[in-house]
Amino acid sequence: MSADERPAGTGPSGALATAIGAASGPGPIAPLTGAESGRSRALTQVWAGTWPKVGAVVAFVAIWQAVVLSGWRPEFVLPAPLTVAQTLGDLVREPEFWQAIGTTLRRALVGFAFAIAIGTVVGIAVSRFRPVRAAIGSLITGLQTMPSIVWFPLAILLFGLNEQAITFVVILGAAPSIANGIISGIDHVPPAFTRLGTVLGAGSVDLYRHFVIPAALPSYVAGLNQGWAFAWRSLLAGELLVIIEGKPSLGSRLSFAQDFNNAPELIAYMVVILVLGMLADTVFSSQSRRMRRRRGLAVD
Amino acid sequence: MTVTENEARPASGAAPEPVAHGGVRLTGVTKVFGRGAGATTALQDVDLDVRPGEFVTIVGASGCGKSTLLSLVAGLEQVTTGTLEVGGRVALMFQEATLLPWLTAAQNVALALKLRGVARAERTPQAHALLERVRLGAYADKRPHELSGGMRQRVALARVLAQDASVVCMDEPLGALDAMTRDHMHDEIERVAGEAGLTVLFVTHNVREAVRLGDRAVLMGSSPGRVVHTEHIDLPRPRRMEDPEVARRAGSLTAALREDVARHVG
Repeated sequence: MSADERPAGTGPSGALATAIGAASGPGPIAPLTGAESGRSRALTQVWAGTWPKVGAVVAFVAIWQAVVLSGWRPEFVLPAPLTVAQTLGDLVREPEFWQAIGTTLRRALVGFAFAIAIGTVVGIAVSRFRPVRAAIGSLITGLQTMPSIVWFPLAILLFGLNEQAITFVVILGAAPSIANGIISGIDHVPPAFTRLGTVLGAGSVDLYRHFVIPAALPSYVAGLNQGWAFAWRSLLAGELLVIIEGKPSLGSRLSFAQDFNNAPELIAYMVVILVLGMLADTVFSSQSRRMRRRRGLAVD
Repeated sequence: MTVTENEARPASGAAPEPVAHGGVRLTGVTKVFGRGAGATTALQDVDLDVRPGEFVTIVGASGCGKSTLLSLVAGLEQVTTGTLEVGGRVALMFQEATLLPWLTAAQNVALALKLRGVARAERTPQAHALLERVRLGAYADKRPHELSGGMRQRVALARVLAQDASVVCMDEPLGALDAMTRDHMHDEIERVAGEAGLTVLFVTHNVREAVRLGDRAVLMGSSPGRVVHTEHIDLPRPRRMEDPEVARRAGSLTAALREDVARHVG
């Protein structure tokens, strides 16, 4: 226990030490050289962003361990963190583990790519043509609120237990968010920009290309981010339902782990799924922050 | 641009010769918004003849149709009756610089060049040269949010030059700036417009600014918007806002303006 807590304990004091080092070293009058202060400030920032996360993980693992020690459930149902870590260590040496990740990621990317194409076209159509908006504008929001797992029975009837069924539901899960992102982005383009475009002599194609689309981009990226989250959820739900033989995926591995009462492996896969989802979110949010900073908009 | 439709359109009888390049001529221009009972006359029977290279300032209380006048000249609106002739391309400058925040200063200028049809290879050097002309060469790669309000309006000025227009309509372009920056921008606009031989229609509600900048100040009255007085300002340049003569001329214009406001409010 005490070993687990140590990193959390050193966290804040470590950040404090770095901050004091940066501030007091050269004194308030003589400024640091640009590169030097930039690097130490960057390190301080990284650390300031990292230690609360590390602390949270440590706290979570500690609670988990405490529950295991309390004997609430037998160890073969609720394994200790260390057991899960060991299982994960074994898994990464199996080719099937990487195959499963490969299959799932490939499905996610294919479905997401289709969702981007469809969501973008539909979104532009809705924002551009009044009758289209009247016809399907509210339907898009409706679809967005619909749990995508609801689509699986129909998808399985339509396509069978195969890849298409999964892709179909992933697209339906992600496309409405992407469409809504671009619709709200285009709806909120400042009229001054489109007026400027007209004054500068832009035709309708140039108006979209140079004024409307770039102005709508932050909202579009937010829609992509949300769309990805929905795609990922739909995909994992689908992989639990549609298990294709000879094609290991994260969902099917999860399902097998449950079938074989292999709790450590089950939890190990859940950790993998969580980490992959968080990595994708990091990519989107760093893109979005970079864009907002470049435009002089508030970051965070 | 839409304006070319109006270019050199013969005026009905009154003015036989077409307007010169850089000239603007309004003959009996009336602009009505809406129809039937809800119709409002924004401009009534406005005559205005601006010669090429002239700096005309347009002053008046809010709602006198100053901005409508500019929109007509810029081709954003069409006249209801009367004729409007514009000799050449028109550029427009707004109260806000309206720079695109995702582009650098140079890219904002280059976009205007692109939309005018300038070849790709020439855009970047031309954009930098234009920024040099408004003394912002060092800020070419800055984004709008990194520039001050005055600098942003100078980028907008460079963009106006990029449009290669002969007539520039400025709709209270300095209204949002502090007094010091505004004074500095007066010099810049005067210098740049003079160098480029631009015809300028400059809308303001600041009478002293109108006298400081204009070869001619056109006073507009409200409801309906019309020209009530034209003042030729033959003061030598450079002028300053605080020159006693500028203040005196502004005073007499303000009196005329007040008279018109009183007639409508009282």
